[in-house]
Amino acid sequence: MKLKILMLCCIMFLGAVSAGLAQGNIDTSSQTTTPTISPPASPGNLRAKDTPNDNGHSITLSWDLSSDDGSGNKSVLGYKIFRSTNRDSGFVERGVSPSGSKEYVDLGGASAEENDYMPNNSDYYYKLRAITADSMIFAEMAIFGPIQTTGQWYNTSRTLILLFVLLFTSLMVYFIVKARKGANLFVRKLAGIEAVDVAIGRATEMGKPILYVLGLGTAADIATIASFTILGRVAKKVAEYQTGLIVPCNDPIVMTVAQETVRASYLDAGRPEAYKENMVYFATSMQFPYVAAVNGTMLRELPATNIYMGKFYAESLLLAETGALAGSIQIAGTDEVAQIPFFVVACDYTLIGEELYAASAYLGREPVLLGSLKAQDYAKAAIIVLAIIGMIAANFHWNNFTEIFHITN
Amino acid sequence: MKRQIPLAFVFAFAVIMIIQYFVPSDLSMNVNEFLLKWIYIIGIFALALGIWSLIRVSYMKIRLKKPDWGYSIITLAGLFSMFIFGFDYGRHFFSSEGLKNYMFLGFFDNILIPIQATMFALLAFFIASAAYRAFRARSILATLLLLSAMIVMLRFNPYLGPIGEYMEKTASWLLNVPNLAAKRAIIIGVGLGGVATALKVMLGIERAYLGKD
Repeated sequence: MKLKILMLCCIMFLGAVSAGLAQGNIDTSSQTTTPTISPPASPGNLRAKDTPNDNGHSITLSWDLSSDDGSGNKSVLGYKIFRSTNRDSGFVERGVSPSGSKEYVDLGGASAEENDYMPNNSDYYYKLRAITADSMIFAEMAIFGPIQTTGQWYNTSRTLILLFVLLFTSLMVYFIVKARKGANLFVRKLAGIEAVDVAIGRATEMGKPILYVLGLGTAADIATIASFTILGRVAKKVAEYQTGLIVPCNDPIVMTVAQETVRASYLDAGRPEAYKENMVYFATSMQFPYVAAVNGTMLRELPATNIYMGKFYAESLLLAETGALAGSIQIAGTDEVAQIPFFVVACDYTLIGEELYAASAYLGREPVLLGSLKAQDYAKAAIIVLAIIGMIAANFHWNNFTEIFHITN
Repeated sequence: MKRQIPLAFVFAFAVIMIIQYFVPSDLSMNVNEFLLKWIYIIGIFALALGIWSLIRVSYMKIRLKKPDWGYSIITLAGLFSMFIFGFDYGRHFFSSEGLKNYMFLGFFDNILIPIQATMFALLAFFIASAAYRAFRARSILATLLLLSAMIVMLRFNPYLGPIGEYMEKTASWLLNVPNLAAKRAIIIGVGLGGVATALKVMLGIERAYLGKD
């Protein structure tokens, strides 16, 4: 009997302890029991505003950190954000912001078909919960709202870009007009482009074709567009010298444009009958099968010259090394910074970055194209001056100046 | 006229896209999305031209018995068999169900993927041979390049002992100061060149892509 009473007492004691602990795991909605572990300090001053410079559907929240943020045994590990269209109910979790963070951007869907659609000009209410390692211990703060989202008609953070584009366009137009009037615009020599004529001559002497690779870019890439212009010039020379030309393409649209470009060059050279549609063909749209196709062509046809102009990725070295093994003269140009070293190592001449874009002006020698090059030079000079001022400003903490160039999105 | 109309289209759409970049409203986003969809639509039509080009070139190689013409037979066989399996022997012409075809998946997973992986793996050997050529100390600049490359490569070596720390610092400096400065200079140049080329295309100065009348 004594044993039974003792066991009963033990059970009651354990029950009381566990109940106490459970009540200690604070749920702030329950105020009927005294907690044994108090919740962390609540974060303060929840603010919300419509996210600026967007199409709406987004609210930016900010708050003051809880004093228990990241410290103490009630350490706050993060902040859960809840949203509702009603002040009193229906709050849905929107995300978690880690401890130490004071801001969260609640980005909803822009169309009614999306699950988290967040229509503009509707009222939204927010609440914030500081969470700890124990899901039952947290602190919530007062609800904020209503707040509405709206879309903007001008992205103010891009004003600097707009100004730059306007200035640069004006500069370009000025130099184009000047060049048209007959001003002598000096353009330094581009060894890679100077070598094109020599390479075509060599191909003619050897009776071997020229392989022109446009890279993996699409017709919308600037590098590919610049490459079309160079292809046009190369094709014209090839037509004049009566040499063969092979242009394997990775993209069907690029192929179509390249076919038109080459055809136009053969017409310009007065040899339309020499143009064959099979000169420019589609190999495949996949990266490494394309490498296999081009490398196979290099080893079978043994072209005298390989020209790589456009956008290249990991395939750059595979192509250029195979071309070097095949003994071809190689000229490359790309605006992909990571691929430039590979081309420099494996090719005889490499156009670095913007030289690819300058090549068309250099080849054409047309005043309008040279004028645009001059505008680029002046813009670069301005950037160098600004970079020097920026360095000085950053070292002397002239934040007002450095902030001018800070573009948020 | 054949040139004016496309140039007018290019100018109009370029202006629309520039405005779109500075206007973040829903209307602007929808216009952007709509125009991007057009790129896909044009791409699908162009794909047919691409496939036709591939068939024609391969057929000509076979017919004229050009060097290694046997590969063209494999190309055409691969193209048509994947076509047949992809449509599930004609059972699924208008849905993607055919892509679950056993043979289609088998060819894709067991032939195409390993071949692609093999091509990519070859890059390691090409890098070795390219590095051998690049790092020959033939001049002062080439020697500096060799030394820099050695420092950058050796920094992860666990057997360097106390020198390792200095190696790490030197490598970080090389990567973050001279290397990054050169990279940024190229990127700024590319950015300016890109804007200039885009403007030239928009204003009809650069028009090689249009072909001939």
